[in-house]
Amino acid sequence: MKLVVSSSPHLVSPESVPVLMRQVVLALLPALVAAGYFFGPYALFLVVLSATTAVACEAAWQKATGRPVSVHDWSAVITGILLAYNLPPRAPWWLAVVGSAFAIIVAKQLFGGLGHNFINPALAGRAFLLASWPAAMTSWVTPFDARTTATPLPLLIPKGQELAGVAAPAYRDLFVGSVPGCLGETSALALLAGGLYLIWRRVIDWRIPACYLGTAAVLGWVLGGPRGLFRGDPLYHLLAGGLMLGAFFMATDWVTTPVTRRGRIVFAVGCGILTVLIRVYGGYPEGVSYSILLMNLATPLIDRYTVPRQFGAQARKPAASRGGR
Amino acid sequence: MSARTFPGGIHPAYHKLTAGSPIRDLPPPAQVVIPLHQHTGAPCQPLVQKGDTVRKGQKIGDVEAVVAAPVHASLPGKVVAVEPRPHPAGRDVPAVVVEWDGSDATVDLEPHPDPHDLEPTRIAEIIREGGLVGLGGAAFPTAVKVRPPAGTVIDTYILNGAECEPFLTADHRLMVENPQSIVLGLRALMKAAGAPRAIVAIEDNKPDALEAMAAATRGMPGVSVEAVHTKYPQGSEKHLIKALLGREVPSGGLPFHVGVVVSNVGTAAAVGELFATGIPLVSRVVTVTGRVREPANLRVPIGTPFSVLVEAVGGFNGDPLKVIAGGPMMGVAQYSLEAPVVKGTSGLLVLGPEDRVPEPTSCVRCGRCVESCPMRLLPLYLEAYYRAGMIEQTEALHAMDCIECGCCGWVCPARRPLVQSIRLAKLEITARRRRAAS
Repeated sequence: MKLVVSSSPHLVSPESVPVLMRQVVLALLPALVAAGYFFGPYALFLVVLSATTAVACEAAWQKATGRPVSVHDWSAVITGILLAYNLPPRAPWWLAVVGSAFAIIVAKQLFGGLGHNFINPALAGRAFLLASWPAAMTSWVTPFDARTTATPLPLLIPKGQELAGVAAPAYRDLFVGSVPGCLGETSALALLAGGLYLIWRRVIDWRIPACYLGTAAVLGWVLGGPRGLFRGDPLYHLLAGGLMLGAFFMATDWVTTPVTRRGRIVFAVGCGILTVLIRVYGGYPEGVSYSILLMNLATPLIDRYTVPRQFGAQARKPAASRGGR
Repeated sequence: MSARTFPGGIHPAYHKLTAGSPIRDLPPPAQVVIPLHQHTGAPCQPLVQKGDTVRKGQKIGDVEAVVAAPVHASLPGKVVAVEPRPHPAGRDVPAVVVEWDGSDATVDLEPHPDPHDLEPTRIAEIIREGGLVGLGGAAFPTAVKVRPPAGTVIDTYILNGAECEPFLTADHRLMVENPQSIVLGLRALMKAAGAPRAIVAIEDNKPDALEAMAAATRGMPGVSVEAVHTKYPQGSEKHLIKALLGREVPSGGLPFHVGVVVSNVGTAAAVGELFATGIPLVSRVVTVTGRVREPANLRVPIGTPFSVLVEAVGGFNGDPLKVIAGGPMMGVAQYSLEAPVVKGTSGLLVLGPEDRVPEPTSCVRCGRCVESCPMRLLPLYLEAYYRAGMIEQTEALHAMDCIECGCCGWVCPARRPLVQSIRLAKLEITARRRRAAS
């Protein structure tokens, strides 16, 4: 009889990496439905194309470099979907392909694959596309009829200038997602549904979206007004742009965010501050992706300075026993 | 009402297959293998040699050391060998092998049915001579535990009936079936430690045990029975103290540093038997469970080989993958069924091929190990630093505080061998400290 001898524990939780990653894919589906509804089948095509490219690139790269192919862990699927969610709904198809390939090969595999990349691959892909094809990446269309338009976000710029002809959308439209924007970011409702599901299933830490959204709302209210402090519109800051997508699905990426509780709070508050600063004072209309990317870079540092005090650390041994050793 | 607990921990499936199975006496085996080292501390020297005849309860090994406990013959018969034999801890240890003569010849026993009339030091002496150690697994000599250094005040004695390891039910059944022994043992332990108050802590998934212990302790001054939340590792003594009293045992310290002594209910039952009848620790209850035909709670002589236990429950149910002494979270995987039941063996768990832990993949930094660690450590960093050979870093991140409960390894979705790495880091740190000291 042959017995296996190994270190304890001898049983493990059923929640493996692929199981958890599939939960994330599931949580991204409501936003996919919203994208199809508001922006039509082409938007869905972009998502599928992007996800397929991501998986294909990962498999091809791992084959070519002689590493075990790990696409069954579903992480490449998530990266592909998230990249597509950051594209304009009518972006040319090759943007999805190029962005996805960059995200997987450059941002993820070149650094060692899942678990070793230091920035969020999808956001790195988006930043790469925005820098390389700025016009294609900022050509927005209206929902349903796909007329060319501007996003609602520049309205946040409190410099007094009104964007001619563009009225601020109603909260209701912002909430359900019938506004121009990236194809997966417009529906706060769909993203909230997915995000709350992930919190309920404990796939993501509630502290990150809570602190990120909270900080952005407060700071948006303080700094975001056109005339002086405390005149901003916190609700508008929460619902417009990519904040919901970022807070629930990008800033919660395990690999590129801190592992300690306090670290996650610091990370999320940092994301919130940077987002509002970029929105209000920066040259870009939207600050979510860059703020998360910047905070990704700070993650190792944050972990290092937020090591929890171990059990029994603060207590001191009574004097009687201290001489014992 | 939410029961008391501690931060961190996990909720594994409990698989308490034998929670309703009454304890059954195993007929004595043909031979018992009694290791001379069954406790934390100095190993015993044999007091018998090959060819000697021994009676049940006869002391067959002892050592002159403070932290130690003697061992006794668990069956009467002939000593057929004194030699190294497999030990459940994983290596060969000198053992006395006794061939049962079929009789029930027992040494003269001296009962002390009323421990309250005895001096604390006398109680500790009886407990030491009885070979008592913690039966929860760590096997720390009980007599040492109840007499902490002079000047220490013990205000609370905690009886640990949490039994948080999945599968194990030995303590549960003892509390249901034999609360009187536990209570007698507790009285002796409280007197020895000078504790005016005691708490019997039981996880709230064992209502029958809570009820039985409450009934048995009714009217006892200073003794209460408390339900604690069902969560692993609720039975870790540091976390039981935290849950019940809100005190944190200092890093590197022991429960007496916060005025507490913790003993397992099984230990108290054995102490009770010792005082009631005079019989030293020669048998214990073992849960034989998992992939066996008829999982059971068995009372077996110390030294019974594991192969006899497996036979007693009808054999394996399918091909075994692992045979574990203890529970699935902290138990030790066995390489041989020749290893015997020792004082610290609370269970024998058989796992099948479907329980194989999958191969590890890359850490995804999900932080679940951090969230679950009851010692508030960072298992993923401890592992990464250990694998990189950065032992000083593992020490700086308090690897030595790890209690090896296995929560991190259980939750890890990438199946990283976190506990194994931390354990190796601890060994290396200890070795370096020893080298530095010499």
